[in-house]
Amino acid sequence: MSADNKVIISVKDLKKFYNDGEVKALDGVTTDIRKGEVVVVIGPSGSGKSTFLRSLNLLERPTGGSITFEGNDIMAPSTDINKLRQKMGMVFQHFNLFPHLTILRNMTIAPMKLNGLSKEDAEKKALSLLERVGLADRAKAYPSQLSGGQKQRIAIVRALAMDPEVMLFDEPTSALDPEMVGEVLDVMKNLAKAGMTMVCVTHEMGFAREVGTRVIFMDCGRIIEENTPDQIFTNPQNERLKSFLQKVL
Amino acid sequence: MSEQNKLPAPEPALLNKTKKSNLILVFGILSVLFSIIPLAGIVFAVLAICLFVKNRSGMKAEIGKTLAMIGIVISIIASAVELLFFPLNNPPSWLSAIRSDFLVSSFWIDFENNFISEKRYMYILKGLGVTFEVTFFAVLLGIALGVVVALVRSSYDTLKEEMRGGFGKGLLWFFNKLCGVYLTVIRGTPVVVQLMIIYFVIFASSNNKILVAVLAFGINSGAYVAEIIRGGIMSIDKGQFEAGRSLGFGYVRTMAFIIIPQAFKAVLPALANEFIVLIKETSVSGYVGLQELTKGGDIIRSRTYSAFMPLIAVAIIYLVIVMFFSWLVSLLERRLKNSER
Repeated sequence: MSADNKVIISVKDLKKFYNDGEVKALDGVTTDIRKGEVVVVIGPSGSGKSTFLRSLNLLERPTGGSITFEGNDIMAPSTDINKLRQKMGMVFQHFNLFPHLTILRNMTIAPMKLNGLSKEDAEKKALSLLERVGLADRAKAYPSQLSGGQKQRIAIVRALAMDPEVMLFDEPTSALDPEMVGEVLDVMKNLAKAGMTMVCVTHEMGFAREVGTRVIFMDCGRIIEENTPDQIFTNPQNERLKSFLQKVL
Repeated sequence: MSEQNKLPAPEPALLNKTKKSNLILVFGILSVLFSIIPLAGIVFAVLAICLFVKNRSGMKAEIGKTLAMIGIVISIIASAVELLFFPLNNPPSWLSAIRSDFLVSSFWIDFENNFISEKRYMYILKGLGVTFEVTFFAVLLGIALGVVVALVRSSYDTLKEEMRGGFGKGLLWFFNKLCGVYLTVIRGTPVVVQLMIIYFVIFASSNNKILVAVLAFGINSGAYVAEIIRGGIMSIDKGQFEAGRSLGFGYVRTMAFIIIPQAFKAVLPALANEFIVLIKETSVSGYVGLQELTKGGDIIRSRTYSAFMPLIAVAIIYLVIVMFFSWLVSLLERRLKNSER
């Protein structure tokens, strides 16, 4: 479905070395992310999937290769990375809500300071987003008063408040109690249905299968196999993918 | 997905409790205010403390209780002073006996000699004023210096990988090294030596001792404040920084909106403690002839040749000041702890 959609992020031969090349977190990753795609990245721990995701908005500075976002080389000295990051929402494993601000302020601070939205507009938007994830009544609460699942839902809508083109999810459910995973995945599913372009590092194979349009399997800093969820889960080609799936499914 | 997390309606008992703690606070304040009138102060203090013992709850009650205790101490001292000196037309015979005995006791003679005659208490009062003045401005200078140094050092740590080199990076490197030297030198030499160098070497032509003391203690305190604040910045989870950056905030705005407010809150008690330490440290200003509290007591000693009274008086004044500010800091700490996490 996505082959003819336009490419938003294009990654070429991405490399990230630590200790002068002793540790290769990313060893030549090449892929394209197209508009409307839900790309799920899976793989054993230490395979470089988080590093790959964090490179996309330059939280991790690659050692080599190139990343272009909507045609702009994000590593070029002339690129304003802060402008580009506004179009790439990110959700973290540990939520990273701002504990000194209320939920509402967490969601309005970036739109107000960066997009110049007025307080009323920003709050109206934040409240409608909170409505969408069923947390409108918690607007005045502080993050410490929320459960893990609620925090992660807030983290998602905080990123959405900036109207991003792409959403990056870095193991969004890994730090949650099992009974709270569902509510966060529901929000992500709705987001995917609404047509948001998503790149998602996760261990939730059910989510990958149901919502993903493409699954990338990474190991040792390389993309080992890349295919539709159906093919990946029912007809894996690579031995390492097969043994990985045996362990996690 | 619909949680009902509304707060439970406040129970009547809870309401009663806040009312009571307000009452304790009011009685505590009244006990201090009325401590000039011998019995009234103690009556209010006893009321406040009785209420507190019956239901100990909340910050206001704690403050009220401590004020009541202060009120009792002041009341006792004030009553004793009034008993001995309040002018009466016809004092009862037992009181005049006490009064005439007291006036010839060695304690009173010593006291009068050290503090009353030739208005020697002015040395203490003026000295106290100077001590507060120096401490206050030194703290301001120290915090300003400390914040700048802490920002330079932590910025260098986080930005050295991100920056692409060139002039900006070189400048930051230079300032980082400069701050490193500042911290090493200031923390590696005694404050008395720094004070004397500033007075006798750098400001040899000027005689503004207060300015010299403010500079010396401010520069000295800045080094310690810098490390306190840097510790606070580093104690903030790295994820907070990443969250700020991923929303599109640049380095400076992430620091200003996300990191500094949290770090400041974390280090507020430590900063307040630095202020308390500084009050005591200024006692060495006498080395350059500044007449602050300690020097004031010492001058009285050199006039009267009795060391006990003036030095003990100075010690008690420092102790009371430090106890008072430590109490404020403990209140602050508890409030910060209550407010979140």
